[in-house]
Amino acid sequence: MLRATQTSRLLKQSPAARRSLAWATGAGFIAGAMLVAQAWWISLIVDAVFLRGQTLAQVTPLLGVLLASLLVRSLAVYVETVLGQRAANELKQTLRQRLTTHLILLGPLPLRNERAGELVNTIAEGVEALDAYVAQFLPAQFLAVLLTIFILIVVLILDPWTTLVLLFAAPMLLLMLALIGGRAKSLTERRFLELSWMSAFFLDMLQGLTTLKLFGRSQEQVETIRRISAHYGKTTMEVLATAFQTSLVMEWAATAATALVALEVSYRLMAGQLHFAPALAVLLLTPEFFLPLRTLAIRYHAGAAGKAAAQRIFSLLDMENESVLTQRRNDAEMRSGQVAHNNSSAPLGAPAPLRQSVSDVMRPPSSIRFDRVTFAYEGRPALQDCSFVIAPGSRVALVGATGAGKSTIVNLLLRFAEPQQGAIWVGDARLSELDPVQWRRQVAWVPQHPQIFQGTVLDNIRLARPEASLPEVIAAAEAAYAHAFIMALPQGYDTRVGEQGARLSGGQRQRLALARAFLRNAPLLILDEATAHLDAESAQAIQGAIERLAAGRTVLLIAHRLELAAGADRVIVLEQGSIVESGAPADLLAHDGPYRRLALSLAGGAP
Amino acid sequence: MTAAAPVHRASPLPRLLTFLRPFGWWVAAGILLGFATISSSVGLMAVSAYLISKAAIAVDVTQLSLAIAGVRLFALTRALFRYGERYVTHLATFRILTALRVWFYRAIEPLAPARLLQVHSGDVLARIGADIETLENFYVRVVAPPVSAALVTLFAAALLGAFDVWLGIALVGFLALTGGVLPWASRRLSHRAAAATIAQRGALHINLVDMVQGMADLIAFDQAETQQVRVLAQSAALQQAQLRLAEVRGLANALTALFTGLAGLTMLWLAIPLVTAGRLEGVYLALLPLTAMAAFECVQPLGQAWQMLESSQAAARRLFALVDTPPAVVDPPMLAPAPVGVSLETRGLRFRYPPTHDSEPVDVWALDGLTFAVRAGQRLAITGPSGAGKSTLIALLLRFWDVPPGSIWLDGRDLRDYAAADVRALFAVVPQAPYLFHTTIRDNLLIANPDATDADLVAACRTAQIDDFIAALPAGYDTLLGDNGLTLSGGERQRLAIARALLKPAPILVLDEATAHLDAITAARVWQALEPHMAGRIVLIFDHNPLALAHADTVIQIAGAAP
Repeated sequence: MLRATQTSRLLKQSPAARRSLAWATGAGFIAGAMLVAQAWWISLIVDAVFLRGQTLAQVTPLLGVLLASLLVRSLAVYVETVLGQRAANELKQTLRQRLTTHLILLGPLPLRNERAGELVNTIAEGVEALDAYVAQFLPAQFLAVLLTIFILIVVLILDPWTTLVLLFAAPMLLLMLALIGGRAKSLTERRFLELSWMSAFFLDMLQGLTTLKLFGRSQEQVETIRRISAHYGKTTMEVLATAFQTSLVMEWAATAATALVALEVSYRLMAGQLHFAPALAVLLLTPEFFLPLRTLAIRYHAGAAGKAAAQRIFSLLDMENESVLTQRRNDAEMRSGQVAHNNSSAPLGAPAPLRQSVSDVMRPPSSIRFDRVTFAYEGRPALQDCSFVIAPGSRVALVGATGAGKSTIVNLLLRFAEPQQGAIWVGDARLSELDPVQWRRQVAWVPQHPQIFQGTVLDNIRLARPEASLPEVIAAAEAAYAHAFIMALPQGYDTRVGEQGARLSGGQRQRLALARAFLRNAPLLILDEATAHLDAESAQAIQGAIERLAAGRTVLLIAHRLELAAGADRVIVLEQGSIVESGAPADLLAHDGPYRRLALSLAGGAP
Repeated sequence: MTAAAPVHRASPLPRLLTFLRPFGWWVAAGILLGFATISSSVGLMAVSAYLISKAAIAVDVTQLSLAIAGVRLFALTRALFRYGERYVTHLATFRILTALRVWFYRAIEPLAPARLLQVHSGDVLARIGADIETLENFYVRVVAPPVSAALVTLFAAALLGAFDVWLGIALVGFLALTGGVLPWASRRLSHRAAAATIAQRGALHINLVDMVQGMADLIAFDQAETQQVRVLAQSAALQQAQLRLAEVRGLANALTALFTGLAGLTMLWLAIPLVTAGRLEGVYLALLPLTAMAAFECVQPLGQAWQMLESSQAAARRLFALVDTPPAVVDPPMLAPAPVGVSLETRGLRFRYPPTHDSEPVDVWALDGLTFAVRAGQRLAITGPSGAGKSTLIALLLRFWDVPPGSIWLDGRDLRDYAAADVRALFAVVPQAPYLFHTTIRDNLLIANPDATDADLVAACRTAQIDDFIAALPAGYDTLLGDNGLTLSGGERQRLAIARALLKPAPILVLDEATAHLDAITAARVWQALEPHMAGRIVLIFDHNPLALAHADTVIQIAGAAP
């Protein structure tokens, strides 16, 4: 059964969680058993006073035992709750550990765009949904079986005839279970869906209020809201009516069983076939017999949400990506083949052995060569049969529309993905055979949309080199024209930025990214130019910083504006994943080709 | 014009309860049915216990007939009352839900966007949605349970008190302890941990967003494992707080179980001497603990009610504060005839945002003496560094805020003389960050002009260079956008917003960084295609991209306040 395997797969993730869960279930069982004991002591006390005329003093020992079982039950209830939470905590932490490790293995490509939000949701809220599932639903599920059987056995000992009544209710119970598992499930889910749909609709209206107003359509929405809300209420009531009928049957089954037991034991009491104490005890136990199942039904939603979350978590853990696999295989080979990496510089111009330290291939500067590289992302061709060379110390600009393949080249160079055909060569070594961590150490990358992390400005620049001293960080910030605006922030370099911190403008973010690149001080610079929608002042400052950063390094430039490409040694024009033209910018402008047409179309915007 | 929202220090409860007034009968019916449900099970246990006791000493079955009838009756009514209660409360909730949403939308519509944006940032809108959801549950989970519980308590206490007054008093004591003191105390004990949980959860979310969105940066700098350690530490801190909450919850559960049992025990302890003394018939002894313990069903939902009372009050306070804000712009009593949009002028326009609270210092000038004039057929570009007041100017032209008399002129009359809706009807705006509704592409476009034909839509999308993209989608113009549909990139959203603005037949076209998220080539194509649509209109271009500025007749630079 799929459901069972998923639960066991979930619990297999953390043996500690499984242990805690077992103890929690055990405590829950003791709590249930104490309830049975209570029923028995109460029956004995009533029997002693009512039928045998005993006094308070005579039943005091029994009252003491009743009190003791009350106390044990309370303690067990406490332990069950706390251990259930502990089990949930242990599992959640293990899963977050696994999920984040898996994310790192997957690399940035599968995490982009629309998926990002979904992934964050799975790891934050999805894992959190397991909280109620593990802490509440699972113990309830186990206890529904254990306690039901236990009470049945106790009743069998006390009064076999009543057992028959309870067993008579068993088909009813099975029906209940079936309803909980099957029909009620889809009903709850549908209700939940409709509820969230209605909220989303209303929120959409609120968020779009300005837009509605701009188009003069905001007043008439009152009617829309009333209509949709009323319609939603009607359809939901139709759905709920079935759910209510289901619970009517369940409710009735429980009360009917109690009534039936009361009548049945009364007749037999009168006939002298039964003693009073067991008769009262089985009456008290009948509602308890149904309690574990009702608890399970109440926690059903937590169970459904938990199962759905588990599915999402496992589908993320099972998510693979082809180039990641290639890369991981290579990395594994690398690490096993390499005893210790050597940081000292290698002999000049020595022929490269197959697996070598990156520092050997990059210092002295080497050329980077794309040799008939082809790459498709999720079936969409992104780069086709691309060959070009970046000579050491040169400045190469990539030009083309969005989706032409510029970012793919960067992703391949940073080894976020591996070419599916062809190879990338660094000097005489294949890039795919270099240790990725060491290789990236040779690269300073300024992305188009740099991430600003939760933390201080200092932490954010130090991302490029965590061990850098404060003067080094300041020097890098000064070089990136970032020092002045940083000092203007309330706490200078200690100002908190990111989601909960001070908001930075696009230009400021860009300058922080440049400061990271300065601090990185790597021989290869990959620059995703993002001055496109910055105001003139920021653009100028960033331009200056870029010039300084580029000096004396090999530079690969993703140019969104042609002014920047004009300063390059070489321009590569991409169209739909293929190189359509390349050469010095002046040469390309001299004849009628894609680059010249591009330049004209951009300049010819004026009427 | 006073901008300060009234501060609600008094409890919002009375005002919240007025919302229930139109549904008074429904609410009362729900409460009574809830009371009847629990009373049925109290009755069932009481009568059953009596029946068994009587059977132990009876000689003739006719002596039992009344009790037997009672058992049968209560077994049936419990299920029926429960069904009725659920039906009525849900029906009432849906009606309240509709009324609440319509009321809130109506109240907030005149405030948008000025007051909404001023007081709240975008994600706080999401909280408004959550606040309204909280209030929807106010009746079912906050109002009804305590009233039902009080009725059940009175009923059970009266039943027991009929045997001896102290039995009734003891039961009331235990029920009050479990339903009143215990939830209150556990709320107090868990207050700090509950707040910590929310804060830690938020922090975890942010750390994860950083990790997922910044994965490329992290891997490039070999810092992914460092970030992972940070995420896991945050997760551990969250779980520490959750464990603390579980401890308090466990304590409350344990004490509830203890008090329920103790109530039964106390009934026996009080009643046994009465039986011995002959002041109570022994046949009633079993009934007492069973009745007392069955009554505890009524206090089960009170813990949640306490909790929801707090969140409901907080939610109501926020919503009322928002709703009570006076609108930023009120139409003049004597409206000028609707303008047609042939000329637009500002004369020494100065504006600063009013403070949100009286205590706040006055803001700096967002616009300080701006003068320009455009006529139909002219194109004016307005440029300047970010924060120079471009967005403010657009908001003022659209009459989202009030300006000093005589500073904006439309068709030769003060803008303040017109109805705000008439002014807005003249503008087609492509905003910097366009909002798209979670519906189909077609419906999103039709907002601009419900009468537009399919040919109109395609033509507009062609101009905006987005038609090819839409045509390539499997569902074409019927593709759903948003959370359950297609997520668009910034550039695609902008192009759709351009198409939408083109569909509105308005004489004034405002393009606010309309192509900022497009690559240079596509942007150039869009501007070229827009050319014929700008003819004969007043066109305002807010941009600093030379590509955009090239399409203007005049460029003016506005300098903002100190950065």
